[in-house]
This record gives sequence, C-alpha cells and structure tokens, in this order.
Amino acid sequence: MDFSYSDEQRMLKDMVDRLVAEQYDFDTREAARASSAGYSTQMWQQFAELGLLGVPLSEDAGGFDGGGAELMVVAEGFGRALVVEPYLASVVLCGHLIDALADGVHKAELAESIISGEMRYALACHEPDGGYDPHWIATTARADGDGYVLDGSKAVVAHGDSADRLIVIARSSGEPGDRDGLSAFLVDASAQGVARRGYPTIDGHRAADITLANVRVGGDALLGEARQAGAALDAALERGVIYLCAEATGAMDRACELTLEYLKQRKQFGVPIGSFQALQHRMVDMRIALEKVRALTFWAACSLESAPDERRQRIAAAKVMVGRAGRQVAEEAIQLFGGMGMMEESAIAHYAKRIVMIDHWLGDHRWHMAAFRRALVDGDNALANAA
Amino acid sequence: MDIEYNDAERAFRDEVRGFLAENLPATIAEKVNNYRRLSRDETVHWHRVLGEKGWLAMHWPTEYGGPGWSPIQKHIFEEESAAAGAPRLLPFGINMVAPVIIKFGSQAQKDYYLPRMLTMDDWWAQGYSEPGAGSDLASLKMRAERQGDHYIVNGQKTWTTLGQHANMIFCLVRTDPQAAKKQEGISFLLIDMNSPGVTVRPLITLDGEHEVNEVFFDNVEVPVENRVGEENKGWTYAKYLLTFERTGIAGVGISKAALAHLKTIAHEYRIRGQRLIEQPAFADRLAEIEIELMAVEMTNLRVVAAAEAGGVPGAESSFLKIMGTEVRQKISDLYREAVGPYALPFIDEDDAPVGPDFAGVAAPTYFNLRKLSIFGGSNEIQKNIISKAILGL
Ligand SMILES: Cc1cc2nc3c(=O)[nH]c(=O)nc-3n(C[C@H](O)[C@H](O)[C@H](O)COP(=O)(O)OP(=O)(O)OC[C@H]3O[C@@H](n4cnc5c(N)ncnc54)[C@H](O)[C@@H]3O)c2cc1C
Ligand SMILES: Cc1cc2nc3c(=O)[nH]c(=O)nc-3n(C[C@H](O)[C@H](O)[C@H](O)COP(=O)(O)OP(=O)(O)OC[C@H]3O[C@@H](n4cnc5c(N)ncnc54)[C@H](O)[C@@H]3O)c2cc1C
Repeated sequence: MDFSYSDEQRMLKDMVDRLVAEQYDFDTREAARASSAGYSTQMWQQFAELGLLGVPLSEDAGGFDGGGAELMVVAEGFGRALVVEPYLASVVLCGHLIDALADGVHKAELAESIISGEMRYALACHEPDGGYDPHWIATTARADGDGYVLDGSKAVVAHGDSADRLIVIARSSGEPGDRDGLSAFLVDASAQGVARRGYPTIDGHRAADITLANVRVGGDALLGEARQAGAALDAALERGVIYLCAEATGAMDRACELTLEYLKQRKQFGVPIGSFQALQHRMVDMRIALEKVRALTFWAACSLESAPDERRQRIAAAKVMVGRAGRQVAEEAIQLFGGMGMMEESAIAHYAKRIVMIDHWLGDHRWHMAAFRRALVDGDNALANAA
Repeated sequence: MDIEYNDAERAFRDEVRGFLAENLPATIAEKVNNYRRLSRDETVHWHRVLGEKGWLAMHWPTEYGGPGWSPIQKHIFEEESAAAGAPRLLPFGINMVAPVIIKFGSQAQKDYYLPRMLTMDDWWAQGYSEPGAGSDLASLKMRAERQGDHYIVNGQKTWTTLGQHANMIFCLVRTDPQAAKKQEGISFLLIDMNSPGVTVRPLITLDGEHEVNEVFFDNVEVPVENRVGEENKGWTYAKYLLTFERTGIAGVGISKAALAHLKTIAHEYRIRGQRLIEQPAFADRLAEIEIELMAVEMTNLRVVAAAEAGGVPGAESSFLKIMGTEVRQKISDLYREAVGPYALPFIDEDDAPVGPDFAGVAAPTYFNLRKLSIFGGSNEIQKNIISKAILGL
C-alpha cells in the first residue's frame, strides 16, 4: 500500500497548487465570476497551455491519461481556490464521453477541441422531472433520414450557457428511468431549435435550462452506438462525483484554515475567541469532518479500476460524506465567523456556499445513500443466495 | 394539569383568526408564505393596521396602548399571525426600545416616541454591535462627548438590520472612557438618523440581500434629552432590552408555518413520478424535525404558562433561543434539500423562476437563516448564560 503520489502526480500537484496560489486569489475569482461567461476565458486558455485540460483524457485522444488520483489532485487544488472555470462540465464529463464513445479521427478532433480550450462543452443530461436521476430521460431522439431529431428539456446544465457544444443525452427507446436506450448526441449550442436560459448558481458557477425543439442533427452527431450510451454516461458521472468530492476536500481544507486563522485573530472579551474551549472543540470537529471526507475521497478516487459494485459503493460513500460532513464544516465556519461569516464580501461565505451546494450537483447525500443502501442489500442477497 | 386551551382562549383565537382573515392583505400573506421580501410600504401598512386595532404593542402596559393580553393570549396571537402569513413585526421599536423607554425614559420621551411607534411614524434600528464589539458588546467604542446640551457622537455601528429604512436608531455609546469597568461609562442614546453626519452603507449578506448596514457617525449632534435614563448607566438598560430581544425569538409560530409549507411541497412535488413524501429517507427526516418542533412548542408553552402564573422568564429564554433557532434552521435545510438541483439557480426575485416556483428561495433562505444562531446573542453565548445562570458552572 502506498498513499504517496508518484513523481508525475507530484509535479501535477505542484503545478496546480502554484497556479492557484499565484494567480487565483479571491478577488481574481470574484472578478471572473462577474464576467459575462461567469469565468475567465483567459484563465481557461492558460489551463490549456499548461496541459490541464487534457489531464483525464486518454493518450489516444491526445490526453494525459490521468486516472482518479490525477483528477483528485486537480480538483483539490481548484477547490482550495474556488475555481469557477467549467472544468467539470467540459473536461471531466464531456471529455470522458467523447473518450469513451467517439472513435477514430472524429474522436481525435473532438478531444483536441477540448484539450486546446478552443471549444467548451456541457453535458445536457438531467431533466426537470428527474431530480438527480441521470437515467430519467424523456428527451427523445427520432431517426430522420440520415440524421436525428431531438425533443425535450434539460435542467440546471452546468455551464450550459457558455458552452459551444452540448452533449445531449436522449432516449431512442425505453422509458424514463431505464438505462438502456440512451444515446449521446453532439449538438452545436447555437443549432436551430436549441433555446438556452442561462443563470448564475448560488455557489458562484453558472448553469442553464435548455429546451430542444425539433433539433435536427446529422448522423455523425451520434456518439458511439445508438441506445448504448448508458454505461459511458455512468462512468463519466462517477468521475464527475470524484471530481466534486475532491473539490469539496480542497474547499473544506481552505475553509478550515481560514476559520482557524480567524479564531486566532478575532478578539472578544479581551482574548482570541480561539481560547474558548467550546470553539476549540468545534474547530477540531471541523477538522475531523475534513479528514473523513479526505479519506473517502481518496478511496473513491483510487477505486476507478475496481469491480463495478465496489467502485459504485465507494464513490457513493464519498459523496454521502461530502454532503453531510461538508454541510457541517460550512455551517460551523459561518457560525465561528459570526456576523462576518454572513457577509458576501468575506471569502468564507463563498467557501460555505460552494461546499454546501456541491451536495446539489450530481446527486445529493440522500440520493447516494440510496445507491449505497441498494448495494448493501444486493450484496446481502448475493450472500444469502450463495449460502 | 391541562395542556389544552380553555374556552376563553379558544374564543380569543377565533377572534384573532377572524381579524386576520379580514384585514391581512392576500398579497402580503402570499409574499410572507413564499419567503419573499416585503416592501417598506407593505411592512408599514401591516403595523398601522395592527396599531389602529390596538394589537401592535403586545408587551406594553395598557396605559401606553398595550392590549392587556395575558402571556397565553400573546402566544396565540403570534402563532395565528404566523399561520396566516402575517409579516413578522419589526422588533426594534415596539418590542425593544419601547420597554426601555417605558421603564427608564423621561415623560417627554414616552409622550413623544410611544404614540409614533403605534402609527409607525418612526422606523427604529438597533445600534448595538460594532466591528470590534459583537458578543463582547461592552467593549464598544463609539464615543459621545458632552458639549453643553448636546453630545457630539463619533464612531461606527455595524450589522444594523434594515437600517436603510430607519429614521431612528438607539445606540450604546461610550460616555466615560476612563471608567474602571468597561460596562460602566456606557450611555443609551436615541439618534435621529437624518442628523448631519450620519451615513448608512449597505452590507450585502451571502444570500445576496441588502438586510444589514454599516452606520457611520461623524460629529453627529445629539440633544442631551435624547439620552435614556442616567449618563453612564446605559449597560443596565441595554441588558434589560436584551431580555426582550430574546422573548419571541423561539419563533415557534414561524417554524410551524414553515414546516406546514414544506409538508405541502413534500406532498405535492413529484420527482421521477414519485411524491417527495414517499421517499422514506426524506419522510424520516421530516418526521424527526416535526418531533423536535413539538418539543420546542411544548417548552415554549411551559414558559408561557409559567409567565401566566406570574413567573418571570430568565435564563429559560436562552433554552428557547437555542432550540427555536436550531429547529428553524433544520426546516430550511430540509427545504433546500427538497428542491434538489433546483436549489442551485440564483435568480433575481423579479425574474421568472427556474424550475418549480417554490424552489428559488430555498437555498438563499437556508443561507440567510444561518444568522439566527449568530444574532440576538449567539447560541454559544446563550450556552454560556445557561451554564452560569442555571447550572452554576
Ligand atoms: C474502560 C477504561 C479503561 C481505562 N484504561 C486506562 C489505562 O489503561 N491506563 C490509564 O492510565 N487510564 C485508564 N483509564 C482511565 C482514563 O484514562 C480516565 O478515565 C480518563 O483520562 C478520564 O479521566 P477521569 O475518569 O478522571 O475523568 P475526568 O478527567 O474527571 O473527566 C470527566 C469528564 O470531564 C471531561 N473533561 C475533563 N477535563 C476536560 C477539559 N479540560 N475540557 C473538556 N472536558 C473535560 C472528560 O472528557 C469527561 O467527560 C481507563 C478508563 C476507562 C473508562
Ligand atoms: C443578519 C444579522 C443581523 C444583525 N442585526 C443587528 C442589529 O440590528 N443591531 C445590532 O446591534 N447587531 C446586529 N447584528 C450583530 C449581532 O448581534 C452580532 O453578529 C453578534 O452579537 C455576534 O457578534 P460577532 O458577529 O462580532 O461575532 P463574535 O463575537 O466575533 O463571535 C464569533 C464566534 O465566536 C463565538 N463566541 C464569542 N464569544 C464567545 C464565548 N465567550 N464563548 C463561546 N463562544 C464565543 C460566537 O458565538 C461566534 O460563533 C446582526 C448580525 C447579523 C448576522
């Protein structure tokens, strides 16, 4: 067993940590957030130049072939600085789908457009009536001559408003809730029939509700086989969850640091408030919560190659812990900062918002708890059947 | 022992219900029930309606315009108001500074300010906290120097709730920096916010709202007759006011209304074709919170009944503040969870909603209500009070 990073992972970590430490202070982040895209396109280009946009993509797609550990390293660094660029949407989610589903020249071209930062992608999967269920797809794909016609609506698509291209998950057969029958289509965001309503999210990112009305795409828009996109979609979302857990780890780590600094510096009753034992223990509990999240994130990130059941369960466990322990850290941080913690101008408020809201992306703690519980019950059944 | 209302109390409840049904504008109730902000005019309107009816100054003696209600009647009124979607009353004038003026103020202050509160001619703000003086209120620095029949006031207050609407602010100021103890040497001043030298600057909270402010005082002249009580004895009055700040802070009526609203959503909102309430994990959490709220309600009633029998709520109000604010925070937490991914969009109130129309307020409200455990004496400070005053630690 070895918990240390390889040389390459360490180099990646150093690069990311240096980048955010030197160029991504809180004011820079806030300025990027206030811009029309909701992030800095310059920063995005810089990510591209440093090779960061290729980290999780495979070598034959022109990427760095990074696994869970690499994803974790990048996300944790980004979490510490509350990075708002669309890395999760474009690189992690869409990058994986292209990697897994496209082939040949097409794949190389698409991947190159991500890695170079030239095109930004968003995954249009979740739907208004489906909550966190990625298989609750009512959007239809109907064959039409050489191509397809797409109809449906998509909810809270991360960075869907600034994306150049969408990967739309649509149903070619089956019912909402079925994993079978899903297909993935590459759709130009400005295509006829695509309507987008973009908006900010409370955690500093942007998203869009998207409707597809009679959207015609060519046959080459289909990524991979028709009706067979479910497995690749799940795999992309698993990577997305790992990314979010690691981002939460970074954000929680920084939130703990900021709170600790505040406890040492803020004076009431003539002493630093950190001298009150009631607050010391709360700070310790925050650190314990952080360690739990870090541990499970580590485990999940290192399980990408494990057997499917095991992998799913570990990833679910990490997201459950992020939802619960993350909320604890965020709420305690605000509380220990007192009135200052409630202020929009204080960085800690933004850490708290991102940490709590990560629970609302790609399945909350209750959603993942249900997945974990299912695995538990199925596992027990397997044991019972074996006996 | 009898934990049900008696006939007279039931009749009173019906009277309150009838009055609310007739006089509470539906537009206001609809906003309150959906966690939307009221305009200044709407707030003033409701205070005036109650003022005319004689029901505004619940805690005042009848000679000054109070309704003469028993503690149980007050409780019934608060609960019915919340259930009907009536706006929460602004506490700073009628419930905070008024009792201080009544007990310690001059005749002139009573004659002038109290009637104006009943007609909402003044909007009051609370000027206690300063950047360096939060929980440790007595370390405040804002200075007032006597010059003839005026004080010259310099300094800053912060986190002043709704100060942008206020024309009057009551402030704790330091009149004797040399005093042996920091609690001595503080005075209690009523300051006209339209005086030259007063500047109000908005502070935006993490939910994007303009609810609190910084207030700066630059050589502001305040007539000596605006001092309440004696010079340098302000701390006594300040503490007296704080006991009033904490009554009603349990907010049982508000929590019950919020829980009812959440339950309606849980019964009607469908995800994947299934009602939220049909998800066992969600229903369990809802049940846990409801049980906790029942405990708060019964504790509240015990305190109310003790007051009815002549007892004075002391440190018990600290129990209520902690329990009441925690349960309210939990309700808003579950509300945030209930709307799933639609907790994320952060939409201006005037724009069309994204997702179901009850979703947009969920996350901002959750973040906004973190304040409940911070202000009015933080919950840690309440625990310190309980451990000292009740447990003798
Ligand atoms: C099953 C068992 C096995 C043990 N085995 C060993 C052993 O092998 N060797 C050995 O040396 N001892 C052993 N102990 C003793 C153990 O270390 C002591 O019980 C422990 O240190 C607590 O001390 P105490 O019982 O005197 O409680 P106290 O110190 O009187 O504490 C009472 C309570 O106050 C709390 N408390 C005390 N000080 C503080 C503080 N500053 N801040 C906040 N809370 C505080 C404690 O957490 C506890 O809840 C054992 C105890 C048990 C129960
Ligand atoms: C939304 C909002 C509205 C407000 N409205 C008003 C208003 O209208 N007028 C007004 O005057 N003030 C107002 N306040 C200020 C409020 O009263 C203070 O925020 C509060 O007293 C806490 O002070 P602080 O923020 O300086 O926190 P601090 O006193 O710095 O406390 C920081 C943390 O340390 C804890 N702590 C401090 N001392 C101790 C101790 N001895 N033991 C254990 N823990 C301790 C606190 O509980 C808190 O968690 C408002 C605040 C907010 C957030």
